[in-house]
Amino acid sequence: MTRRPTAWHTATVVDVRPETPTAKRLDLDVPTWPGNDAGAHLDLRLTAPDGYQASRSYSIASSGDGTRVVLAVDEVPDGEVSPFLVHDLRVGDEIEVHGPLGAFFVWMPPADDDPRPVQLIAGGSGVVPLYAMARAHAVAGDASEFRLLYSVRTPDDVFFRDEIAALAESGAVDLDLVFTRSSPPEASFPPGRLTAERLRDAVVPAAHNPRVYVCGPTPFVEAVSRWLLDAGHRPGDIRTERFGGS
Amino acid sequence: MSFITRGFSGRRAERDPRLPPGQTLVGDWPVLSAGPTPEIDADEWEFVVRTENGDHRWKTAQLQALGMEDITVDIHCVTHWTKLDMPWRGVSLDRIFDEVETAHDFVMAHSYGGYTTNVPLEDLLDGKSWIAFEADGEPLTPEHGGPARLLVPHLYFWKSAKWVRGLVTMPDDDPGFWEQNGYHLHGDPWQEERYW
Amino acid sequence: MDVLDGNALAGRLADLLGWDATDSLIRCRSCGDGGAVARVAVYVSAMGAVARCRSCDAVLLTVVDAVGGRSWFGMPGIDALEVRRA
Repeated sequence: MTRRPTAWHTATVVDVRPETPTAKRLDLDVPTWPGNDAGAHLDLRLTAPDGYQASRSYSIASSGDGTRVVLAVDEVPDGEVSPFLVHDLRVGDEIEVHGPLGAFFVWMPPADDDPRPVQLIAGGSGVVPLYAMARAHAVAGDASEFRLLYSVRTPDDVFFRDEIAALAESGAVDLDLVFTRSSPPEASFPPGRLTAERLRDAVVPAAHNPRVYVCGPTPFVEAVSRWLLDAGHRPGDIRTERFGGS
Repeated sequence: MSFITRGFSGRRAERDPRLPPGQTLVGDWPVLSAGPTPEIDADEWEFVVRTENGDHRWKTAQLQALGMEDITVDIHCVTHWTKLDMPWRGVSLDRIFDEVETAHDFVMAHSYGGYTTNVPLEDLLDGKSWIAFEADGEPLTPEHGGPARLLVPHLYFWKSAKWVRGLVTMPDDDPGFWEQNGYHLHGDPWQEERYW
Repeated sequence: MDVLDGNALAGRLADLLGWDATDSLIRCRSCGDGGAVARVAVYVSAMGAVARCRSCDAVLLTVVDAVGGRSWFGMPGIDALEVRRA
C-alpha cells in the first residue's frame, strides 16, 4: 500500500450549505489534493491580519482519488474557528488545509476476501468520518456487512440525512439511529441516551469478529469503548477517534 | 507561506500598558493541563522541603500557621494571556525557608501527578513566592491546582506549579517538565524568556 | 478540558516528521504498554500537546510549538518510534 503524501494545500470554497441547524456542509476544491482514504481528516488553518493563526481538525466526509473535499462543520458555542466557518465563510474564499491525515482511523475495501463485518458507532458530528467509510464501502461494491449505530440529539441534527437514508435503503448499511433528546413519531424507542444494553443489541456480536470504529466526543467514545469491551470485543479490533470542542 | 484568511480576526483582545511584551489581557482564567487532575486527599496532604541536610514536612495546618497573607499580583502565562490585580492567599516561601538550611542555589518543585518545574532559590525568596491556597477569594479548585499550588508571579505561570507537594533543593539548575521539552529554563516575562 | 487521542497529533507530527505517524508503533518505557500512536491519551493546551500512556499515565511524547516556525518534539517516555516509509 502506498501512503498518500501529507502536505499543506490551498483550498477554495466552492459550496456552502446548511447541514443541520448548527452545521454547514463545505465543498472545497483542492487542486493539489492527492486524494484521501475514508475516515481521514485535515487540519484547517486561519490567519488573521496581525499574523495570529488558529488551526482545527475536521474529518472529511468524502474519499477517493479526486480533488474535491467535503467537510461538515458543527458550530461550537464560543468557539474560535467553527463560528467563522459556519457563519462567515463564502464561496470563493481560500483557506489553508493540511492533509490527508489519519493513517490509523481509516477504512479501505479489504484487499483479500476478508469477510469481517464492520461496525461503525457515531456520536453527534463523529458521524462524518464514519459516513465517509459507509459511502466508500457502497461505492466500492464491497460485500462486507456494514452497520452504523448513530447517536444524535434530534432528527434535525442528523448529518448527511438523505445520503445515510439512501445507504440504508439500498442495503449497503444497516442503520440504527439513537435519538437522545427527541425522536420522530415513527421511532421504535422513546428518546434517551445510548446504553450498554441498546448498544449490545444493535452492534455486530463480538463472536462475529467485527472491526469496530467509534468516533465522537471523548465521553461518548470512552463509554462506548467500555461497553464494547464488556460485550467481549477485543481492544485491538476497536479503533477510536475522540474530539473536543473548539 | 500562509496567507491572511479573508474575514478572520481571531478572538478580540484588550491591550494594557502594564503588560509584559507579547501579552494580552484576559478576563477569565484559562485552564491548561499536561495531564489528568490528580485526586488529592486533603487529610493526607503534606508539603515537604528536601535539602542536602534532610527533610522538613508540614501538614496543612502547620504550614498555614507559619503565616497566611493576602496578596494581589499579576500573572503572566507564556501562552500570551495575563491577568492583572489577582487576589491570592498563601504562605510566603520566606516563612518556609526560615526553617530550612541549604547551600544549594536551585529548587525543583514537585507536584502530585508528577509535574516538575525548576526555579532558582533567589526567585522564591524576599517576598517573591508563596504556597497559595486561595485565589480570587475562594479555595483553589482542583482544575486550578487545589488544594495548594506554588505561586511565583514574576515568572511565567508554568513555574507556579499546580498541586504542589514539595520542593527539592539542588546544586544545579536542572530542567523540569516543560523546560525539558522546549520552554526556557528561567521564564522571565519581561525578558520574554519563553523558549530555549 | 477533554482528553483526546493520538489522532489529534496527526497534523503536528506530519509537520515535524513529514509523514503521518498515527499508525506507527511506540512502547511506554515505564510500563511496556505498546500500540499505535493513535491510541495514546493526548492532552492539548496552548502550552503544547502531551501524549500519555493509558496504562500508567507516563508522559510518552510532547509537542511544543513556538513562534517563528520553531517546534520541539520530545520523546521522554518511549525508546523508539516506528517509521513507516510505505
